[in-house]
Amino acid sequence: MRILEGEGVTKHFGGLAAVHQVDFDIDQGEVVGLIGPNGAGKTTLFNLISGSLPTTGGEIRYKGKRITGLKPHQICKKGIARTFQSAKLFARMTVFENALAASLFGTRRAISVSDAEREAAELLDFVELSPVKTALAKDLPIANRKRLEVARALATKPELLMFDEVMAGLNPTEVAQAMELIAKIRKKGITIFMIEHVMKAIMNVCDRIIVLHHGSKIAEGTPEEISTSRTVIEVYLGE
Amino acid sequence: MFVTVLDVLIGGLIMGGIYALIAVGLSLQYGVGRVLNVSHGEFIMIGAFATWSLYTLLGISPLLSLVICGPVLFMIGFLIHRTLFQYLRDQSESIGAFADSSLLASFGLLFIIQNIALLVWKADIRAYSYLDSSVSILDAVFAVNRLVALLFAVVISSGFYIFLTRTRLGKAIRAAAEDPTTAQVMGVNIHRVLAICFGLGALMAGFAGPLISMIYEIQPTMGLEYTIIAIIVVVLGGLGSITGSLIGGFILGLVGSVVTYFDAGFSLIAYYVIFILLLLIRPTGILGK
Amino acid sequence: MLLATIPLYVQPYLIILLTTILMYVILTVSWAIFSGPTRYISLASAAFFGIGVYTSALLGKSLPLPVVIVAGSLFSFILALCIGLLTLRLRGMYFIIFTFSISELMRNFLLWWETTMTGTVGRWVIIVDHMTVYYIILVIFALVLLTAHLIRRSRFGLALRSIGEQEEAASHIGINATLVKTITFAISAFFMGATGAIMATKWKYIDPRIAFDPLLSFMPVLMAIFGGTGQLFGPVFGAAVFAYLEEILTTKFPYYYMLLFGSILIVVILFLPHGMVGLVQKWLKGGLNRQNANP
Repeated sequence: MRILEGEGVTKHFGGLAAVHQVDFDIDQGEVVGLIGPNGAGKTTLFNLISGSLPTTGGEIRYKGKRITGLKPHQICKKGIARTFQSAKLFARMTVFENALAASLFGTRRAISVSDAEREAAELLDFVELSPVKTALAKDLPIANRKRLEVARALATKPELLMFDEVMAGLNPTEVAQAMELIAKIRKKGITIFMIEHVMKAIMNVCDRIIVLHHGSKIAEGTPEEISTSRTVIEVYLGE
Repeated sequence: MFVTVLDVLIGGLIMGGIYALIAVGLSLQYGVGRVLNVSHGEFIMIGAFATWSLYTLLGISPLLSLVICGPVLFMIGFLIHRTLFQYLRDQSESIGAFADSSLLASFGLLFIIQNIALLVWKADIRAYSYLDSSVSILDAVFAVNRLVALLFAVVISSGFYIFLTRTRLGKAIRAAAEDPTTAQVMGVNIHRVLAICFGLGALMAGFAGPLISMIYEIQPTMGLEYTIIAIIVVVLGGLGSITGSLIGGFILGLVGSVVTYFDAGFSLIAYYVIFILLLLIRPTGILGK
Repeated sequence: MLLATIPLYVQPYLIILLTTILMYVILTVSWAIFSGPTRYISLASAAFFGIGVYTSALLGKSLPLPVVIVAGSLFSFILALCIGLLTLRLRGMYFIIFTFSISELMRNFLLWWETTMTGTVGRWVIIVDHMTVYYIILVIFALVLLTAHLIRRSRFGLALRSIGEQEEAASHIGINATLVKTITFAISAFFMGATGAIMATKWKYIDPRIAFDPLLSFMPVLMAIFGGTGQLFGPVFGAAVFAYLEEILTTKFPYYYMLLFGSILIVVILFLPHGMVGLVQKWLKGGLNRQNANP
């Protein structure tokens, strides 16, 4: 089933087209990568999907229904979650509170505080953050910050999870751990759409990759196809 | 009919010129220094009262006071930034935190400066007459002091505009306003530029004060109203745009003059209504980004 | 409890003083309900208070006191809802300036209206004896404290804090930020309106300058920062201290109190970013650490 599709998605800032006529579709259960040089429009596309930014043109559909124009909290409750490039944690709240907030508000059904607390604790276990659950988010090292972002996103019970450079700033061990976590999430049945610069991760984890450049889609295919595509190599080497 | 229009027009330009000056001052402090200085009006008030004292006690012409008050207030502003606001800036965890704490600190300054003025000059309304004679232009009669004030306001604003666009320091200031991090990388001494900008804001207040005292009555509580007008003009012209503040000042001055013609007490209300509509419809103002 | 029984033992002057102090405490706690966790500094307190005052002045003669107070609260509540829905898109500095403009617009407009249209600037309010005023204020105080406490402990409070920390992330985890902010802002306004309505009866004579005095917007901010916004007790403490100080200073040093206030404000900003409560917490933590360090 098509879980997410975009048709002619466009975003203009003043005279500049940050995203231009991008089409994409993602099937349920897939892990799709989104790559491109800096400034290609990847995060902007995520912002358009999650509702942070209004589109200038085109349409985005989730499970067949139009979501362009909805507010972020509405899109979240429908089942799309995301992480942010610069982890936007609730800095002066504890790790547990960060996850709890998402458990309480992230879904449409009414949930009791004790149930939400239980779920939040389970999620922190899942991302291996339980030992630090009383620490303040701002005091966490970067790898744990990313884990918390993931836990928070997972707490909203998404069917589609969008990662925005979740591996940026991690050392090789941490990257390997992140890849394991992504595999675990995939096993839960969650569809993943991820922006990444860490090529090793993208190539190993994704079923398909979409390439953006100057706001337009220039290539799409399996990791083998993308890594051998002339267009893509030129774009990256040319930068 | 024509005479009335001319009267309102000149009145508007005079107010506009003064508004432009105080708005440019505030814009420099906020746009570059990121300090919303609510005590700006108090600096203006000090300039006005110092001029009054210098004139009534020592017979020094207000025009000469311009040259005295301006630089003195510049130094005071520079020092206050170097000490108080620089410290707060270094202490703050984020830009947002600095914005809040500097706003509150400037409230503190407002209270302190106003109280000092009340102690020195008491709460009475003061005025003096200087260049009280009139001159007629095209059948309309104008007070010389108002025309002189207008002249000086325009000259100072233009001079300042040239300074910002043609001189090296001026360009450094504008660069720092647009993009502080890059400016720093390019070798601009950001701390000094920030303090200078704050000082320049006070300089504008130091120029506006004497001019205001030439035309209007003054009292120690006059500051807040001017601060508010300055804020409105800055937002009207667009935050971050000095040219915008200049243009906005004249626009608001003309609006004020027209409104005052119909009902003297209504101008401030008109300003607030414009301001609120502006914030709701187009917060970036005329020339803002 | 204690406060409720005091009037039986004490002189009228102290009751009046306590009433004024409680007024400031309520304003500060109400202010902190919204501005504390969300970090949106509102300077609209004077507007909400003033609406309460004028409701009292206009309706006090024809309606019973409790109705007047509730009416004043509701009008403020509604104004806050409108402001919230229109403007909580505005952030930071814009929000501060906007809220201040609303208060000032109302003050100047009423001043103009009363002078131009009705001819009288001031209005007389029905007289209520100071004991009744005191008890009503005490009830409002209890209610606002209870509300603040309940909000803090609830999921609503968690949502508010999330918004204050990172509004964009908060909306991405399902929090309808605009709705939450608006409702909280309106709740805070409700109590300010109630306070205004009852204080008008204490003052007996009101005019736009008294009702919408800008100081009523500035002082809660000052007091909350002085006391510390992190805990419930902070604003109460800050307001109590400051209000008491104000009474003493305005009577003993009427010519210097602004100077002192301004200086205290600057000192607090510079050296006590977390307010007095933060300072006390640091001392307590420091004490515990020292104990643990020496086995």
